[in-house]
Amino acid sequence: MLPYIARRLALVVPVLFVTSLVVFLFVRALPGGPAIALLGERATPEAIAAFERAQGLDRPLYAQYGSYLRNVLSGDLGVSTRSRQPVAEELLQRFPATVELTLAAILIAVLVGVPLGFVAAKRYQGPLDQASLVGSLIGISFPVFFLGLLLKYVFAIRLDWFPTTGRYDITSSLDTRTNFLVLDALLAGDGAALADVLLHLVLPAVALATIPLAIIARITRAATLDVLDEDYVRTARAKGLRGAIVDRRHVFANALLPVVTVVGLQTGLLLTGAVLTETVFSWNGVGSWIVEAISYRDYAVLQGGILFFVLVVVLVNLLVDISYAFLNPRIRFR
Amino acid sequence: MKLRLLALLAVLALLAAACSGGGGGGDTDADAGADAGAGDEAAEGEGETFVFGTSADPVVLDGALVSDGESLRAIDQMFEGLVTLAPGSTEVEPGLATEWEPNEDGTAYTFQLREGVTFHDGEPFNAEAVCANFDRWYNFDGSFQNPDATYYWQTVFGGFAENDPEVNPDLGESLYESCTVEGDTEVTINLTRPSASFIPALALTNFTIASPTALEEYGADEGEVNEDGVFVPTGTYGTEHPTGTGPFRFVEWQVGERLVMERNPDYWGEFPGNISTLIFQPVADNAARLQALQSGEISGYDLVEPVDFSTIDGDDQLQLLRRPAFNVAYLGFNQANPALADLNVRQAIAHAIDREAIVEGFYEGTGVVATQFMPPEVFGYSDDVPTYDYDPERARELLAEYGQPVSLRFAYPTDVTRPYLPDPQAVFEAMVSDLEEVGFTIEPLSAPWSPDYLGAVQTGQYDLYLLGWTGDIGDPDNFVGTFFQTPQAQWGFDNPELFAALDEAEAETDEDARTAAYEEINVQIMEFLPGLPFAHSEPALGFRADVEGYVPSPVTLEQFSSVTAGGA
Repeated sequence: MLPYIARRLALVVPVLFVTSLVVFLFVRALPGGPAIALLGERATPEAIAAFERAQGLDRPLYAQYGSYLRNVLSGDLGVSTRSRQPVAEELLQRFPATVELTLAAILIAVLVGVPLGFVAAKRYQGPLDQASLVGSLIGISFPVFFLGLLLKYVFAIRLDWFPTTGRYDITSSLDTRTNFLVLDALLAGDGAALADVLLHLVLPAVALATIPLAIIARITRAATLDVLDEDYVRTARAKGLRGAIVDRRHVFANALLPVVTVVGLQTGLLLTGAVLTETVFSWNGVGSWIVEAISYRDYAVLQGGILFFVLVVVLVNLLVDISYAFLNPRIRFR
Repeated sequence: MKLRLLALLAVLALLAAACSGGGGGGDTDADAGADAGAGDEAAEGEGETFVFGTSADPVVLDGALVSDGESLRAIDQMFEGLVTLAPGSTEVEPGLATEWEPNEDGTAYTFQLREGVTFHDGEPFNAEAVCANFDRWYNFDGSFQNPDATYYWQTVFGGFAENDPEVNPDLGESLYESCTVEGDTEVTINLTRPSASFIPALALTNFTIASPTALEEYGADEGEVNEDGVFVPTGTYGTEHPTGTGPFRFVEWQVGERLVMERNPDYWGEFPGNISTLIFQPVADNAARLQALQSGEISGYDLVEPVDFSTIDGDDQLQLLRRPAFNVAYLGFNQANPALADLNVRQAIAHAIDREAIVEGFYEGTGVVATQFMPPEVFGYSDDVPTYDYDPERARELLAEYGQPVSLRFAYPTDVTRPYLPDPQAVFEAMVSDLEEVGFTIEPLSAPWSPDYLGAVQTGQYDLYLLGWTGDIGDPDNFVGTFFQTPQAQWGFDNPELFAALDEAEAETDEDARTAAYEEINVQIMEFLPGLPFAHSEPALGFRADVEGYVPSPVTLEQFSSVTAGGA
């Protein structure tokens, strides 16, 4: 197992190297540049030239990439051209917000999606199965930003059950020590703050959960259907085990493997895919930060943020692979 | 099995915790929490907590170093300059100086300073503090001489004590020469040449006076140049300790979440409103800002999209406040194209376009037709400019006089609304149809606003383009001087006569003579017709209905100290 993990980790290095190069060239291929983005109507050609000199952007690309790479290797992701703050600091400060939103969304997706898929498979081609099929189609095809606006309109503005923006009541004095606000509220032992944070979490998490929920439900359903056809299930039934026990021990447990894969991959995707949800709900995470950085052509933030996202996806995938060994004793890593 | 799942979850949780731990942000966050608590105490005592939705975080809370609207808005609440503007106008009023007097040739101004004013850190405001600020700006070196760092100092004063041509070859002799402490409450600013726009320029937020002690203590000018030659500030003045004399003082700034200010109990001036805690919350998405206002999470926001005007107007819980027009939208002509270098062709375009229909159709009732490159609120506006009324017949004649078919690359920006251009595509389509009607051939182009479109315009890549300008100060130089004082690729012409006239008018110190000069220049410009100004528009802010006392200003110098909320 350990050599396997070491090998997989070693593979991360070339992946990151290639990504860093692609991202580096990609952000510079965007039309315009940070000078015009920052100065707007006020950017004269002289101002642009002066800006690029000051930011070291007038050097040849290979020289820029060389120093970028050296800096990254020493843990320095550069400085934001807009805020002039170190990228790594801003990144670490915002990442907990994205993780919190992702975990909440994946929790909803699993808690609803897995039972839904399982029951749909058990009632194969029944009305519930059909309904879940249609429902997941809608879930997959609904644009997230529109769903976000719609959820806010109905549940925040019309019904006034939830807030529309941000992560907590900003007029309160929550100590955002870890920036995992649920954790912060628990640490502070503040029930009201916890309720407030959870209320802020509901709508964005639901909006973000729709697509993974639909995918998880469909995968669970398909996996369960496969297993239901297996000989050992028939055998278990034939030897007189109760239905519930067969379902739990033989069907559900064996259907779980593909589901875990999907949950893991979806978690990786959500961590990096909360971009629209974060923007619509003013959720102060890495996604909305990168979106803003695009409009400011903030090269350092784009490079650092995307590189970080790639690292997260690679690591989550590795964790998913490792988890196979726990779930399926037949799999051995070499 | 269950145990293994739990173990997996634990690993995930540890990973997450590890990610949040680093970065040394822990200390600042803890401080911020404690500070926020202090702000809330004031809120509980008396007055309202007021949340205003902004479009972005400020860049930094140091007036000398910013040019973006959100930084200026926040700095305006905490800082004051020697002079200011009367609420809702561009008329200069006493600020931290009660009166001022130029010397005979207009090269020195002596200011009498307000007595008994203290900075938020308790330090006294006096002549020495004024000189310390001016000398700080004048002596900026290295990266501080970049146009993105000190745009307004460079625009108004033109240079530094020692210009660094490596950083910015564009700098010239500084208008500022020196600052003399005449007494505790009397100070003289010496200039290298007379300038009529000096006093109005001092009303800019960029020239507000900061506590010299705080600037020093929190390293406002400290930083290091990294390996790439990029200046990285290391001080905490502009992020954690901005210290002015204004009606609100800084409490905490959590980037991306909130900027908290509280009422300054020692404020020297009037504070007619009832806000004790003022919070700026960044909500980047426009639709999200409107929804936050509708739900009551924020009490107001700026830059309401024109499509949302009717929503806010029609909701009796909300109100729409119009800001006086201080902008101009124009159709730019690039005379690098030989056809456009011909006056007949430019006049043909002007007569071909139905500006009234455009303003009526696409400005949601917020626009007026522009006849020149500056709004009527600014002195020097002329009623005698040629107006080029809508006359397609005349346009055809003029085009016939040119004698050759004219094909033009005409561009508009996408993904954007500007205050002066609420619906670029609609305006573009109307203009294209007007131009094709009289016989022009148009190649339609578009690009995302920033930086693509702006970059293409500024490097002269389009023949015709839609653009505009929002003024910073109530001075004509800020409009026509910006556009036409030097040759620019976007206009593609060289008109030494016009450049000279603008240089002269800028230097004129007699107010009446200056007004007359700009009136003439406006006629001159519209006869030369470098582009077609077509609209001035009034941007709008949205507020909850119970908010009173917010006075929209043409230059967005707006004070929350006069605002009452909560129906008080």
